[in-house]
Amino acid sequence: MNAYASSSAMTARPVDGGHPSTAYFSTGAGEKKRKPMLEAVDSRLRLVVCWGFALAVIGLTQLPALLAALALAGFAAMAARLKRAATLRHMVAFDGFMLFVLLFLPFTVPGEVVFSLNGVSASREGLLHAAGILLRSNAVMLMILALLGSMEPVELGHAMARLRLPAKFVHLFLFTVRYIEVLGREYRRLRVAMKARGFRVRCNPHTWRSIGYLFGMLLVRSIERAERILAAMRCRGFQGRFHSLTEVKTMDRRDYAFTGLSVVAGGALIALEYW
Amino acid sequence: MSEPLFHLSGIHFAYDPEQPVLAGVHFTLHAGERVALTGPNGAGKTTLFYLMVGLLKAQAGWVEAFGRRRIHEKDFVDVRPRAGLLFQDPDDQLFCPTVIEDVAFGPLNLGKSMAETRIIVRHTLAGLGLEGFENRITHQLSGGQRRLVSLATVLAMNPEVLLLDEPANALDAEMRERLITILDGLPQAMMVISHDEDFLTRIARRRVCLAQGRLMEY
Repeated sequence: MNAYASSSAMTARPVDGGHPSTAYFSTGAGEKKRKPMLEAVDSRLRLVVCWGFALAVIGLTQLPALLAALALAGFAAMAARLKRAATLRHMVAFDGFMLFVLLFLPFTVPGEVVFSLNGVSASREGLLHAAGILLRSNAVMLMILALLGSMEPVELGHAMARLRLPAKFVHLFLFTVRYIEVLGREYRRLRVAMKARGFRVRCNPHTWRSIGYLFGMLLVRSIERAERILAAMRCRGFQGRFHSLTEVKTMDRRDYAFTGLSVVAGGALIALEYW
Repeated sequence: MSEPLFHLSGIHFAYDPEQPVLAGVHFTLHAGERVALTGPNGAGKTTLFYLMVGLLKAQAGWVEAFGRRRIHEKDFVDVRPRAGLLFQDPDDQLFCPTVIEDVAFGPLNLGKSMAETRIIVRHTLAGLGLEGFENRITHQLSGGQRRLVSLATVLAMNPEVLLLDEPANALDAEMRERLITILDGLPQAMMVISHDEDFLTRIARRRVCLAQGRLMEY
């Protein structure tokens, strides 16, 4: 029996408890039965390919190669059947971060003048530089959403563990996934209780002090909870070592096909760069 | 009578020296007994459970468990799997991402093989009517399901004693009935903390009350 294989098939579906699934892929009525092909690919493989893609794209400088990389990411997003609206929202939020850098680059990088605005001239080199950054970051971001965003965070944690990433890092990640919602609930409870007593955020010492108390209390409660969790773990015989239930899944035909495709696509990108 | 599972004598404990929580608690638990532990809020009921499994150390008095006097941390290591403590908040107990990993955590710590553990997990979940829950994500379960899964994580170690800290807390009527049926069918000796009179009447045969640092039989 292979629990890992079955778990990767199970966890991607929203659980009937009514909680929204954290996965990004669409679960429209007509699509429920056909799972996106990418879902079936081993999560370790997806993680490695995503990492490889990011490394390759960071190294690209030629515009055609970068455009091809973005197209490739777009293709992967389609194959993963990402929800269009949610994906766009994430991309826009992400691009918002870099907006200023991108706007100022053409005016600050010296080079051949293309146009001028209020006496400040924009250079061709600067424009190309900004376009390169925009394409590069969006290609990587879209690929991450396509390959990793369709995974439950738990599955990502397991993939990291099985790729022999440091155990401490993996456990930190998994504990965060497990408890962030519990802490979030605690925060919202406290916040609602404050509101119920007429608290409104203003710019005065009372607000600063109260918000300080709120976060202080959250910290104290988190530490207490951490202690109780450790106590519960000790009650079940925990002595500092985690034992894993997961077995290593061997690559199947789909995994080989995905690997082949990724290598070819990566090769094509690099070829475009040096062509 | 056979040797008691637990024998506490003259237990003293205080978080704050000014206000002792337990001041000379005597208590004996025999196999097959089901004891209701009642008492006002802050009387030290949970503290007593913690002392019994060595999560806290008594400042005076003795804890004897399974025929041996237990003093140091290492004495309690083998007490804990044999006296399964069900925590008040399932979120404290369930820390693994998926149900199967959480239920397997105890047996794996006890050195069971992966194959044995899988069988234990399957049987334990089936015994609680939780078939097919293996790959569910723990934090996405409902409150009642969480409670049953945390009971499963304790039962998976095959304990001789169950220490249940407000097991019926925050359960709806249906889930409460289901829990009563399950607990009633278990062979283990039990101590149950609860403020639910009806629940206690249906589960426990013997009653003790903790008040002003003393344990009284009634």
